[in-house]
Amino acid sequence: MAIEKILKDDASEEKGERARMASFVGAIAITDLVKTTLGPKGMDKILQSTGRGNEVTVTNDGATILKSLHIDNPAAKVLIDISKVQDDEVGDGTTSVVVLAGELLREAEKLVAAKIHPMTIISGYRMAAECARNALLQRVVDNKENAEKFKSDLMKIAMTTLSSKILSQDKEHFAQLAVDAVMRLKGSTNLEAIQIIKKPGGSLKDSFLDEGFILDKKIGLGQPKRIENAKILVANTAMDTDKVKIYGARVRVDSMSKVAEIEGAEKEKMREKVKKILGHGINCFVNRQLIYNFPEELFADAGILAIEHADFDGIERLALVTGGEIASTFDNPESVKLGHCKLIEEIMIGEDKLIHFSGVEMGQACTIVLRGASHHVLDEAERSLHDALCVLSQTVNDTRVLLGGGWPEMVMAKEVDELARKTPGKKSHAIEAFSHALVAIPTIIADNAGLDSADLVAKLRAEHHKEGCNAGIDVISGSVGDMAELGISEAFKVKQAVLLSATEAAEMILRVDEIITCAPRKREDRM
Amino acid sequence: MALAFDEYGRPFIILKEQEQKTRLSGLEAQKANISAGRAVSRILRTSLGPKGMDKMLQSPDGDVTITNDGATILEQMDVDNQIAKLMVELSRSQDYEIGDGTTGVVVMAGALLEQAERLLERGIHPIRIAEGYEMASRIAVEHLERIAQKFDFGPTNIEPLVQTCMTTLSSKIVNRCKRALAEISVKAVLSVADLERKDVNLDLIKVEGKVGGKLEDTELIYGITVDKDMSHPQMPKQIEDAKIAILTCPFEPPKPKTKHKVDIDTVEKFQTLRQQEQKYFDDMVQKCKDVGATLVICQWGFDDEANHLLMHQNLPAVRWVGGVELELIAIATGGRIVPRFQELTPEKLGRAGLVREKSFGTTKDKMLYIEHCANSRAVTIFIRGGNKMMIEETKRSIHDALCVARNLIRNNFIVYGGGAAEISCSIAVEAAADKYPGVKQYAIRAFADALDAVPVALAENSGLQPIETLSAVKSQQIKENNPHFGIDCNDVGTNDMCEQNVFETLIGKQQQILLATQVVKMILKIDDVISPSDY
Repeated sequence: MAIEKILKDDASEEKGERARMASFVGAIAITDLVKTTLGPKGMDKILQSTGRGNEVTVTNDGATILKSLHIDNPAAKVLIDISKVQDDEVGDGTTSVVVLAGELLREAEKLVAAKIHPMTIISGYRMAAECARNALLQRVVDNKENAEKFKSDLMKIAMTTLSSKILSQDKEHFAQLAVDAVMRLKGSTNLEAIQIIKKPGGSLKDSFLDEGFILDKKIGLGQPKRIENAKILVANTAMDTDKVKIYGARVRVDSMSKVAEIEGAEKEKMREKVKKILGHGINCFVNRQLIYNFPEELFADAGILAIEHADFDGIERLALVTGGEIASTFDNPESVKLGHCKLIEEIMIGEDKLIHFSGVEMGQACTIVLRGASHHVLDEAERSLHDALCVLSQTVNDTRVLLGGGWPEMVMAKEVDELARKTPGKKSHAIEAFSHALVAIPTIIADNAGLDSADLVAKLRAEHHKEGCNAGIDVISGSVGDMAELGISEAFKVKQAVLLSATEAAEMILRVDEIITCAPRKREDRM
Repeated sequence: MALAFDEYGRPFIILKEQEQKTRLSGLEAQKANISAGRAVSRILRTSLGPKGMDKMLQSPDGDVTITNDGATILEQMDVDNQIAKLMVELSRSQDYEIGDGTTGVVVMAGALLEQAERLLERGIHPIRIAEGYEMASRIAVEHLERIAQKFDFGPTNIEPLVQTCMTTLSSKIVNRCKRALAEISVKAVLSVADLERKDVNLDLIKVEGKVGGKLEDTELIYGITVDKDMSHPQMPKQIEDAKIAILTCPFEPPKPKTKHKVDIDTVEKFQTLRQQEQKYFDDMVQKCKDVGATLVICQWGFDDEANHLLMHQNLPAVRWVGGVELELIAIATGGRIVPRFQELTPEKLGRAGLVREKSFGTTKDKMLYIEHCANSRAVTIFIRGGNKMMIEETKRSIHDALCVARNLIRNNFIVYGGGAAEISCSIAVEAAADKYPGVKQYAIRAFADALDAVPVALAENSGLQPIETLSAVKSQQIKENNPHFGIDCNDVGTNDMCEQNVFETLIGKQQQILLATQVVKMILKIDDVISPSDY
């Protein structure tokens, strides 16, 4: 009997084996795509946008690569989604999570081919993931009590994160930058307070962390270029023409002289406003909106530094660092909190003039100035630094630390293997497969570095059968090395997130036995 | 195509543009309809039960949904066939009415259609089949009532409710932490339930999701969450004993509806207007302050100046809060929504024990929690999960669990799950069939066979031998005269669903049988399909 057609014309339906096949192929293709970027010797990708200008991005960051891809395969979309979430949640490990999920599916494919039901595989994977997590939990190092040691942990984590990025040449320098910046946040995860300014020119090494705050703006004409003991009023108010907001108001006059009068009144209004602002006893005024020439002139006359058009983020950060509040009305000078800083001056970075606030009251915010040869380098540097900052800020809250370089994967694989031996039934195959997938990560790291992965991983596995071993892959010398000595560390939170979300995603894809693709919505031609 | 001819051999034109339409009639039409209905049920069949698989659906816009929920699959499948649409409707009405068992109802309808096809081939008239089905469904529903058990629970003893919700959740992807989610659902339902009237308004339960974190972090908040933050970055992030003014008027000078113009022609007028404007802002803020509000929640935006004045007066505010959320806040805090500043009075303020802003992850996502409200009848279930699809699926699963809990509060009778109820009904219907003389007997017996389809599908999906398992369970039920035996999907080792704690609601099961029968009857009665042919 012919199966009655129940879906729309262009819709397609794939069932059972074929559906599973389609999702495996899609997921594994995505994995293979980002696989080569993993590890310290991972390669970069060039992404060319299809938009106007065909902009080019060179990157090593998994999330950035995947975000820019236009994918049609639904399973691949699931993987892209987890990488995005990993980016939002912990900031780093975006490649690892996709690779692990892909490897889990690759192993699952073999099991399905060997006639093991997907549900059995899933329950095996779940057990294995739980066991792997416990294995990590047992081996974590927590240096919360010892500030000195903790700082060196942070430093190591930053260096490990950065070593796979474009900044690897100067990783010590940047790791120091990132650690300093994050330590200033004092436990908050609000990375908004760290401002990154990119200025082309110079070399990456010239990048620096500034304790104070740098605003990418110019000082108004005729106003002081340097103020000591500044009292700052941060404002968000219209300083162009202060419009009357009552609806329907308009000016209708019958002679030129009236126009002049009203203009005068307007000017008077502005003058009054400026006077009120001056009444706060300030010597620096920062506004989010434009300041027209007339009030600017008034400020200059009063010897006050006025900065216009500071963007929204800038103004919030400035309010944060100087401890002032963002004001919009100026009638009660006594109750508005002013911001303070020791010194405001104009500085030059490259060819640009920037305004530098130093000696600020609250040390939370800071600015990192990145220098580099080209925009591409700077963009990539920013992404790398962002990763490092994210990981560090998360580590400050969750101080548990692991070793890196494939060490955690080997530890997990060992435990999971043992679990597989203990578990009766078909699940044991799935658990074993999980451990294979875990081992795939150090294998890929070694492969990317051009090393003999089979040999290295076998050696590593042998090392790991000794109690309390710290062995991992030392990519630089191309051998198995002691990760504790080499100072390669990773944050526990990142590893845990990688493990859990990769398992979750693999599970989700495995559970699917049918893909129904609806007819694509027809675009209407508006020509 | 059947055509009528006159005595000269010319065809009569009965339908408009007859040649351009395809027409199926008689047995052929019924068979085509049945096969369409069965095609839909075949898609859902593998999703049934705790070991059921998921479906991946790609929408016309390319968004991916992965789900196990029958109603959602059918909704998103975008079917074209009319009969298939009927099946979609069927699952949707089960969703509206009961909220759970949307897959089961379609599978059952499919099985009924399959049986009907065989009867049709034997030359039994469709109407007879329909009547027999009707009769059989009545027998089954009555039998369900007999085997149903009363479930006692109270505000303190929620365990039975939790167990039932867990049965529902165990077939979803969230079964990893079904216990926690079931508890959350039950607590949520109980806190909004009106136990005296036995009614639950599910609108009071808001299900919110945010990507990130683990499924285990999902929590029940006795209050409201709003996906907004304070209007001014420097307003306090936490307010205790908040008195909330809920406003639907903007902090802006009034805009009268009638068109008007204010003409300014002298300097004096300009200045008075200016002062007037300032006064507006001052008045508005002052009014909020005067009635003793410590938090302003506004449906509209504020002007920069108003914002600062509020900040200045130490009056935290939230802007651009949606209408639905505003209503929920009003319900939860016991406040009134105030459309004009003049009408603001201390009695109209809502009260909440704690209002706080919470941020998530590395991005600057912030949410506002309003907790310990005066009237804790509104609750929020806040779902966390690895990715968007996971959250959407969890939302659907929670919805199912909430519905189940609500149904139990309405009617606290349960039947046993795992196919036990179906098998028991099947035995009862089979036994009853022999008492009916005539053609109906065959239809009733066919109904009994169709009832077996659900346990068979369950067994198949769990990787068991379907026929062997079913017959074993059936004989066990008859031998021990105990309707608690079902399919052991999870390989626990016992067939007794009472021991496994697998329950379903009585009304859910009854509704399934009734709805499925109704739709099948409707499909069977169609004997002519006229549709415009494709060119």
